[in-house]
Amino acid sequence: MIDRKAQTRKNLISLAAVLVFLALVLVLDQTIKPTSKAYMLLTVLQKGSVYALAAVSMNLLNGFTGLFSLGHAGFMLIGAYTYAIFTIPSDARDTVYQYFDAAVRVSFPETLGGALGGFGTALGVLLAVLLAGAVAALFAYLIGLPVLRLKSDYLAIATLGFAEIIRAIFQWKKLGPITNGSNLLKNFARCSTFKLKLGETTVSLSTFVPVLIATLCIALIVLLVNSTYGRAFQAIRDDEVAAEAMGINLARHKMLSFCTSCFFAGVSGATMAMVLSIAQANNFKSAMTYEILLMVVLGGIGSISGSVIGALLFISASEWWLRGLDSGTFLGITAPTVFRNGFRLVVFSVIIMVVVLFFRKGIMGDRELPEALRKKTKRGEVSGNE
Amino acid sequence: MGLWNTVLPYLLSGISVGGQYALIAVGYTMVYGILRLINFAHGDVFMVAGLMMVYFAAAMPLYAAIPLMIALTVLLGFTIERVAYKPLRTAPRMSVMISAIGVSYLLQNLALYITGGLNKNYPEIPWISDKITVFGATTTRVTVITPFLTVALVFALVFLINHTKIGMAMRAVSKDFETAELMGIRINSVISVTFVIGTFLAAVGSLLFFSNYPGIVPTSGAMPGLKAFVAAVFGGIGSIPGAVVGAFIIGISESIIKGLDTILITQGLIAEQVDFSTFSDAVTFVLLIVILVFKPTGLFGEKTTDKV
Repeated sequence: MIDRKAQTRKNLISLAAVLVFLALVLVLDQTIKPTSKAYMLLTVLQKGSVYALAAVSMNLLNGFTGLFSLGHAGFMLIGAYTYAIFTIPSDARDTVYQYFDAAVRVSFPETLGGALGGFGTALGVLLAVLLAGAVAALFAYLIGLPVLRLKSDYLAIATLGFAEIIRAIFQWKKLGPITNGSNLLKNFARCSTFKLKLGETTVSLSTFVPVLIATLCIALIVLLVNSTYGRAFQAIRDDEVAAEAMGINLARHKMLSFCTSCFFAGVSGATMAMVLSIAQANNFKSAMTYEILLMVVLGGIGSISGSVIGALLFISASEWWLRGLDSGTFLGITAPTVFRNGFRLVVFSVIIMVVVLFFRKGIMGDRELPEALRKKTKRGEVSGNE
Repeated sequence: MGLWNTVLPYLLSGISVGGQYALIAVGYTMVYGILRLINFAHGDVFMVAGLMMVYFAAAMPLYAAIPLMIALTVLLGFTIERVAYKPLRTAPRMSVMISAIGVSYLLQNLALYITGGLNKNYPEIPWISDKITVFGATTTRVTVITPFLTVALVFALVFLINHTKIGMAMRAVSKDFETAELMGIRINSVISVTFVIGTFLAAVGSLLFFSNYPGIVPTSGAMPGLKAFVAAVFGGIGSIPGAVVGAFIIGISESIIKGLDTILITQGLIAEQVDFSTFSDAVTFVLLIVILVFKPTGLFGEKTTDKV
């Protein structure tokens, strides 16, 4: 009984922490102007939340279910395109599809916005995001039918292959009326235009929306991992044969994990399109999957908070902190011949290699943030008593 | 024009590309056979070999540049194994694979830094880049000699594996790691030899591959690397003849898909471009998935059973 009470209290604390974080983001969104230097923080938060969601969804598959899949970029591509296609306003459609006769002429935010006003626009964006996830999950189901029977490395290479096939299909000229061929999609509903009008004041939501989407999705994944399904996934990861003997339906649970993970990958792809305000198939190469995988490793395979931290660190380091390495001056040292374009990524990949080789468990190992914090304070108490 | 004349150029280039993939695929299949590791960095080593050739050819005559390039590539392969894979020998397989992805990321970024992301032109190698005519189709000499060179090198390799002491050690290690160690085989030197042979073949492959392409960028190695790995899986991973056969099948199908529009149009089967060439990379993976679904161990792979 006491345990349950303590559990409820812990949950409430986590919930409060998340709400405070969201409020803080909303405040930062209003106070930091695009011209100021601190705007980098908002960029990092926007991109970071996209990658955090992608990393957590990959972790659900690789870390919690033990299915080593490398197809994430492909599912994010599906999400990004689905979102983009269904949110391009009708007057912009012909300029975007300049070489093709656009086949899809529905724009959710526009149609619903026309019927319900501002609320409808938001609902339309939400609907497009959900559809993005659903289409990615549908593709995952179709792909999962043949490939989920494969074991470790074979599964990795087959999913990697599927991501490449998807990329080719989306660039195919014959599908141009839907996907715009190899040209990019633009002018759809994007973060920088998200605003809330309350009477006279306008509240900017450009960072808040992606952060909110990522937070909600990650919360759903946490709930899933802690449910009976989550336990079944972990049992499959630890020992397939034993899990099957305990009555877990392997095929069904693997498929469930795969589709769920890909649903959230699709949502993260849609959020990415929202943040970058373009969608182009050529950006979703296998290199993107590798980067997400490295974020998961950095944070610790099997830890959700680890993946979030890993993604945020990865993005902050590569987009912000190490930027000086590319532009001549870093930590006060000026050496333009060494610190030129690309040096940042070299330093960064060396750091990653050090983590992979010497800190194999990543930042969090397989622990979660509250647990890790609690352990630390406990240890502190013990040493204090001595 | 008859069907044969239209198809021939694509077939020739397919066989040639297949030979180049085969040289990379052998590296993958040998490493996988022994370490059970998809060496994701292998394709990038291949790219680095190409870039080295670009820089060396600018600084010294070809007869010095080619051996130096091959030697340094081999050294690179050896170093990667010692630094990035050896410390993880007892770690789960996933960690080693992640380390390989990390090395691939590092090599690509290093190449990006050094080249500044610019397209580097591959030096023209006199004799092999010459234009020649085969059965009425014009092509470069490298296209014709690649398959022969590949087959010769692979025969030498198969001889090495079947009839020498180190070859026997390699076979033993790939059968059973621990038992081989107990029998007094030096695992680490066997693995190093495997990497040395694999990277040597990749270096030769890069010489042939890039001679036919206008330039190299840091990501040039990723796709050929992946395709060569697929070839290795297709033929049955761990089997060298399998990798070669798989590589030729993949090279030819890719090349035919590239020309399918032209072939079908000249045959009067379709009226306009369907743009099949978009799928020239994807077809490799379609083949992979088909083979994995119907024969998961590949064409020549041995069947393994899971023990509880």
